[in-house]
Amino acid sequence: MQAKLSVVALSVAAALAMAGCGQKEEPKPAAAPAAPAPVAKPEVVVKLGHVAPMTGPQAHLGKDNENGAVLAIEELNAKGLEIGGAKVKFELLAEDDQADPKQGAIVAQKLVDAKVNGVIGHLNSGTTIPASKLYFDAGIPQISGSATNPKYTQQGFKTAFRVMANDVQQGQILGEFAAKQGVKTVAIVDDRTAYGQGLADEFRKAAEAAGIKVVANEYTTDKATDFKAILTKIKSTKPDLVFFGGMDAQGGPMAKQMKELGVKAKFLGGDGVCTPEFMKLGGPAADGNFCSLPGQPLEKLAKGPEFRDKFTKKFGAEIQLYAPYVYDAVMVMADSMKRANSVDPTVYLAEVGKTNYDGVTATIAFDEFGDLKGGAISIYQFKEGKLEFVETLGGAAAEPAAAPVAPAEKK
Amino acid sequence: MDIFLQQIINGLVQGSIYALVALGYTMVYGIMGLINFAHGEVVMIGTLVTITVAGSLIKVGMPVALAGLAGLTASVLVCMALGWGLERIAYRPLRNAPRLTPLITAIGMSIILQNVAMIVWGRNYLTFPHLLPKIDFEIAGANFTAIQLLIVLVSGMTMAGLAFLVYRTKLGMAMRATAQNPQVAGLMGVNSNRVISAAFVIGSALAALAGVMVGTYYEIAHYQMGFMLGLKAFTAAVLGGIGNLAGAMAGGILLGIIEALGAGYIGDLTGGFLGSHYQDIFAFVVLIVVLMFRPSGLFGEKTGDRA
Repeated sequence: MQAKLSVVALSVAAALAMAGCGQKEEPKPAAAPAAPAPVAKPEVVVKLGHVAPMTGPQAHLGKDNENGAVLAIEELNAKGLEIGGAKVKFELLAEDDQADPKQGAIVAQKLVDAKVNGVIGHLNSGTTIPASKLYFDAGIPQISGSATNPKYTQQGFKTAFRVMANDVQQGQILGEFAAKQGVKTVAIVDDRTAYGQGLADEFRKAAEAAGIKVVANEYTTDKATDFKAILTKIKSTKPDLVFFGGMDAQGGPMAKQMKELGVKAKFLGGDGVCTPEFMKLGGPAADGNFCSLPGQPLEKLAKGPEFRDKFTKKFGAEIQLYAPYVYDAVMVMADSMKRANSVDPTVYLAEVGKTNYDGVTATIAFDEFGDLKGGAISIYQFKEGKLEFVETLGGAAAEPAAAPVAPAEKK
Repeated sequence: MDIFLQQIINGLVQGSIYALVALGYTMVYGIMGLINFAHGEVVMIGTLVTITVAGSLIKVGMPVALAGLAGLTASVLVCMALGWGLERIAYRPLRNAPRLTPLITAIGMSIILQNVAMIVWGRNYLTFPHLLPKIDFEIAGANFTAIQLLIVLVSGMTMAGLAFLVYRTKLGMAMRATAQNPQVAGLMGVNSNRVISAAFVIGSALAALAGVMVGTYYEIAHYQMGFMLGLKAFTAAVLGGIGNLAGAMAGGILLGIIEALGAGYIGDLTGGFLGSHYQDIFAFVVLIVVLMFRPSGLFGEKTGDRA
């Protein structure tokens, strides 16, 4: 009886699964045989993998990334691209890596097995780096819109690209910026992830080179909520500045707890804390502090405001952080396929490196490592619940540096 | 010295929260020998319900104090219902199953609750409404806030209340009897189903209270916040001797203080070899040492294996 039951259950499950598949891919088979007449062009489905944490403390950033990819793919499909004589339909395979390096490798293998044509992601450096080996071995091009750890592109994988400046550039500029602000002593905290640690290390080098004394090195995790113990220790070293290498979910509460403990230092962080979420979590304690973002503010870019409108209209949500970069990453991949006139990873991979694409976030071209050429870094200040643009440093598109308390460009 | 005092205060506040959550673990374990791994999630639901209720009441113009009280009441009620439901759905049908089975359903319930919370409240961090005015105190160079003081006081009072319930009332006597031997207690006229339900309901009410305290303290909430908190509280319960109420309280406060001191001094003690992110190791080393000399925890009684 039991055996019979399980057979029934299995077949029901199989039927359901098939029904599910059938529904999803309906346009594909329907288009080819059922439309015999005018355009007999076959339709090719291009599968793009997208990986970001969709659960866990960084799920809000993961969803933001995915929205960026969804927007790009919808626009591409609406445009009706033709590659290699066939109509191309892009399909997103969204995966959740939980910001966990182990899970990152597992879902990467899953995408490789699904024979995706390209991968967008992952979000975190910690998951992107181990996953990049799997994509390299399978010959699948990978463009990350947010993994900033330098190691990602330095492993010699010709499949690895990113569309934003890396942490060497960011850490250096943050260090120089701190020195310019008159900081003499700094306490450095990082969350022990590839991103947080990498950024903190680069910042430390730059700060020491600029003559700033590092008075404390403390560590936390990317899941912590209580920082009172390390902040108490930091308080005793009386730094001018607390630098945090990590994400907004820790940075916000950290800034708040600094204030509660009476730590007088300013708070500075990288792109991970440069979000609306940071201000929400930090409350009034976020005010007056600085952070940096690769690239330039959307308002300063030709296509920036338009993108913001499209995004908020479609998803009814504010852009958190990397959505425009992920959007660009998808576009760059599609552009490379178009130029190669093929969706075959082995064919169009060569074209990705030759990209010269006028994207939302920058004019995207890659150097020989797959890093963004001339990546700029912008500094922002938190003011009354808004991110206020201060200045753009480094990069080809750098403008004359403005005074620190600068033109009130609302982000 | 002021650093030391500050770390003790940090630890005491954190520990009071651990203790309150640990009581829920220990009550259920003491009576049924079951580790309710979904308990941390009950705390999380408590926090999130308070945010929704208090937040929306404040929005419609209710005074903050009243809205906070309404939020607290709602969260306690929801969590009590949740605790009762958990026991009925996930544990009662498995009352006589091997001990591993309810453990697995407990983990399953924990995952389900997290995902339900993710669907209902979303993936983003939520900010907890300001329910209490920020008043700062300073003693000998150590800072603390009114909220911290309140957390320690409320935890203390709640624990005293629970001790009274267990040792001075009829329900408490029934609980202790069921803990000793459910069958014999049943023969003496104790309705063990009701007693077990009561333990879940009371434990969940404490969890709701802890949830509100965590919320007011950190002012943030997230659908995964219960997991780590639950794990720490469970550790605290084991440290104190699981099944023992006084042990859970002592274990919670001890764990909080050990963590704070560990994070504060581990770098100096090891000459920078181990950083502050090893604070958990510090806590677990203490746990292991205690268990080596007192296998049933600090206050645990030596009991034979439960039949």
